Amino acid sequence: MFVKITVNGQPTLVEAGITVDGLLDTLNIKRQYTAVAVNREITPKSEYGTVKLSEGDKVEIVRPMGGG
Amino acid sequence: MSDVPALVMDCGGKNMYDTNLVLGGKDFSSRLIVGTGKYSSNEVMRTAIEESGAEIVTVAIRRVALPGSGESILDVIDPKRYTLLPNTAGCYTADEAIRTCYLAREAGLGEMVKLEVIGDQRTLFPDVQGLLEATKTLARDGFTVMPYTNDDPVMAKKLEDAGAACVMPLGAPIGSGLGIRNPYNIKIILETVSVPVIVDAGVGTASDAAIAMELGCDGVLMNTAIAAASDPVSMAKAMRLGVQAGRLAYKSGRMGKKLYATASSPLEGVPDWTS
Repeated sequence: MFVKITVNGQPTLVEAGITVDGLLDTLNIKRQYTAVAVNREITPKSEYGTVKLSEGDKVEIVRPMGGG
Repeated sequence: MSDVPALVMDCGGKNMYDTNLVLGGKDFSSRLIVGTGKYSSNEVMRTAIEESGAEIVTVAIRRVALPGSGESILDVIDPKRYTLLPNTAGCYTADEAIRTCYLAREAGLGEMVKLEVIGDQRTLFPDVQGLLEATKTLARDGFTVMPYTNDDPVMAKKLEDAGAACVMPLGAPIGSGLGIRNPYNIKIILETVSVPVIVDAGVGTASDAAIAMELGCDGVLMNTAIAAASDPVSMAKAMRLGVQAGRLAYKSGRMGKKLYATASSPLEGVPDWTS
C-alpha cells in the first residue's frame, strides 16, 4: 500500500506508514547538517523515527549550500 | 600590552593589537565575512576563502537534490574551522525567514543568522517592516541576529532595540559592485547604534572595503566581489588587505582635509639660484 506525498516539491510515492527516518534512508540522505519540515513544522532529529508520513504530506528537506 | 596603541598589525593575517569583532559572545580577529555563492568550483571557493582570512562564512539553506548525492558544501568548508552564518536569502516574509532560521538551527548550523527579508525582486532591497518583526522573534528565541538592512539610521536603531547583535546596512544593491553609495548615512548609523555595524552588499573592489572600514565600520560582508572577480583567489587577498588597511587607517586617525596646499618640506634653507 502506497501513499502520495510531496518531497521538496516533487510528488513521491512512499509506503504507507513510512517514518521520516525511512524516507531519508530511501532517498539516501545523510542526517548531518540536514533539517526536515513536514507540513511547515520542523521535525526534530529525535523524532525522525516516530513521525509517520501520510497521504498529502508536504515534506521539505534542506541543507546548507553556497550563498552570500 | 595596555600602553600599546590600538593599531591593527598584520602579523600573519592576525590582528595583534586591535580589539576583536565580537558577535554572539564569540571573538573574531578577522573583520571580513565572506559568502560561498557563485564560485566556479569548490576548489576556487576553498582557496579564496582561505586567502580572505575570513573566520565567518555565509551559507544558504536550500532543498537537497533528490535522490541525495551525499555531497555537502561542508565537505569543502570545514565547520570546525569556520563559523557558519546561514542566511535567509530568498525569503520575502518574516514568517519564511523565521522558519528558515529554525531549519538552520535544527540542521546544526548554530544560532548566528544573517537575516534577510527581501522586499523587491529587482533591487533585493530589504523589507524593513518584516525584518524588524523577524529580528524581534528570533532575538527572543536566542538567535544571534545579524540583519541585512538599508542604510537608514532610524531603522538601524529600531533593529538594535529589537535585539539585533549587529546591523548590516547595504553599501549598494546585493551583487551590484557599486561600492559605498551613501557613506554619510553609514557614518550616522555608526553614531546612532552601539552594536557593531557591518557593511553587507555593494562592495565591488578592495577600495570599497577600505572605505567602509575607514568610516569606522566594524566589518564588511561580501560574496560577489570575490566570486565574480577574474581571479577570485587574489581578489580575496586584496579584500583581506583592503579591510585591514581601512581599519588601520581608521584607528590611526586620518589628517584633516584642507582646500589649499601645505608644504611638506621646510620653507627655510632653499638655495638661492638668482644671479
